[in-house]
Amino acid sequence: MLETNIEKKKYDVDEQGFYGEFGGAFIPEMLYPNVEHLRKQYLEIMYEPEFQKEFRALLKDYVGRPSPLYFAKKLSAHYNTKIYLKREDLNHTGAHKINNTIGQILLAKRLGKHRIIAETGAGQHGVATATVCALAGLECIVFMGEVDIERQAPNVARMRMLGAKVVPAKSGSRTLKDATNEAIRDWINNPNDTHYIIGSVVGPHPYPDMVARFQSVISEEMKWQLKEQTGKEDPDTIIACVGGGSNAAGAFYHYLENEKVKLVAVEASGLGNDTGKSAATSVLGSKGVLHGSRTLLMQTEDGQVEEPYSISAGLDYPGIGPMHSHLIGSGRAEVFGATDEEALHAARFLAKMEGIIPALETAHAFAVLDKMTFEKDEVVVLNLSGRGDKDLTTYIDFFKLNG
Amino acid sequence: MTRIEKLFSTKQKDICNIYFTAGFPNLNDTEKIILTLEKAGADMVEIGMPYSDPLADGETIQQSGSVALKNGMTLDILFGQIESVRQKSQIPLVMMGYFNQVMQYGEEAFFKKCNEVGIDGLILPDLPAAIYEADYQQLMNENGLNNIFLITPQTPDERIVYLDKLSSGFVYMVADASVTGKQKDISNNQITYFERIEKMNLSNPRLIGFGIADHQSFSTACAHANGAIIGSAFIRALEKSENIEATIFDFIGMIKNKKAQIA
Repeated sequence: MLETNIEKKKYDVDEQGFYGEFGGAFIPEMLYPNVEHLRKQYLEIMYEPEFQKEFRALLKDYVGRPSPLYFAKKLSAHYNTKIYLKREDLNHTGAHKINNTIGQILLAKRLGKHRIIAETGAGQHGVATATVCALAGLECIVFMGEVDIERQAPNVARMRMLGAKVVPAKSGSRTLKDATNEAIRDWINNPNDTHYIIGSVVGPHPYPDMVARFQSVISEEMKWQLKEQTGKEDPDTIIACVGGGSNAAGAFYHYLENEKVKLVAVEASGLGNDTGKSAATSVLGSKGVLHGSRTLLMQTEDGQVEEPYSISAGLDYPGIGPMHSHLIGSGRAEVFGATDEEALHAARFLAKMEGIIPALETAHAFAVLDKMTFEKDEVVVLNLSGRGDKDLTTYIDFFKLNG
Repeated sequence: MTRIEKLFSTKQKDICNIYFTAGFPNLNDTEKIILTLEKAGADMVEIGMPYSDPLADGETIQQSGSVALKNGMTLDILFGQIESVRQKSQIPLVMMGYFNQVMQYGEEAFFKKCNEVGIDGLILPDLPAAIYEADYQQLMNENGLNNIFLITPQTPDERIVYLDKLSSGFVYMVADASVTGKQKDISNNQITYFERIEKMNLSNPRLIGFGIADHQSFSTACAHANGAIIGSAFIRALEKSENIEATIFDFIGMIKNKKAQIA
């Protein structure tokens, strides 16, 4: 279980927190003590046997892991290949987000913090954080963009039911980016008692690496599940949607160094990349600093962060995690985009074909199945990162399901 | 020697450094604000480059930045305005902004431009010290720019020594664990922190900022450092202002001498 960074790997984070030229900790001095404290401790804490025991037990008995790896027979026949779905949607709270919040809440307790803050876009991370705070008996404050509060009402209600305080972020585009800004400001104002549970592989080092490690349970399970079902640990292709990129990071993690495994990241193209209404960072972005890390982000020529657009609140983010910037920049991962409409149709197709209603975020990953070509014997794993209950209103409106 | 270093070589006490966001309240107020601040008795001016995502700033400065961006402020416009101010004034000028803006402009081009238009120093709160040391220290020196690091009540002593060594011009003492613009009185804990830093005999002068808003907090800060930086309180005064020049004279009067405010 002890896998600290002794062996230098090509796609792993280095000691300074960089993935190639991306990453690092570009933070105001006010955040330095907390982030530095975390940087020094996180590996030691998270790989200590007692921690792992507690973490693994909660993943099993509380979250319901391992999440199934399901061979999607009809979908496979349709695309004339072998498609396996990693069912993170079946986790407690409905998405992969809880893998990370379970890990970070145990870490926060060991750091002696009793006030937890988080940002959320679609609300999945907010719900996952509110859930573990209830479990651990810690105070929970979730920052959420005003726009997202409106379009993800069921998750707002869930967080409140779980005892969390939901604080609207009213600045900027009033979405995930601004919720993250507000959470960071709160942490600056409360440096002593507060731990910030970032929900994606973004933010200053060590967050991207820490979150990726907590999410890496996804690919850890994929390995033995694939071995059981196909006889081989390795798939040919892994597909995952990317907003900040935590579910993709988890699904890719144990295959990063195995370059035979093709990694496919799917970004949200909104209304189309040439419409000015998109969140496809790798296409529309350039190098810069966002939320404490050097990464690709959407910005003006003058370095002002641009407001992204996607129908999916979880992908509506102007940057991507530094690990993904590196994977994409180095050619290790291939990127596709899916528009709002493509994602919506992909969601409905999956529902009809396999009886699974995916989250809108995840639906983007399904949309690229139409854009890719596969070999007949190719083993494709698609990370089904979340379920679609929270998006029913959007589905109802678009497909006129009410009558 | 930069104008900041010249200032500290002749004056070590009660330095009054005023922050404003460039482009607020109006796009072309920069020159008027700087020249009036100088006339009213400010010793140094900190020019905020408005930014879409100012992580270290509270609501007041965020708002002023949004207005400035809506007014059309860009770095090129700002550099032009500063160039013009420099024909009329030799007051030390510090630019404050976020590192992404510098990256987009091109780091080297940005430092050169600052030098050309007469900027004396930079405050880039999210530029990591180690990266500054490795990649930019020499470039900034070559362009005659002071680089000012922040220290906070939570910064460990050995790191304060390191940041002091890397800084030039002055060290920016963040008065409290907070973003800018929190309105509350200076606490005993803060005084203890001010005194702790006073005793460290740093190589740079110290200016205290964050939460300095009136005569009382200004004089408390000045009693423990070489002076203070006032930002949000000044922006709030500008927000309500009908005559910018009169507001600036009143504001500096209020900061330097309590009686001026009452009168």
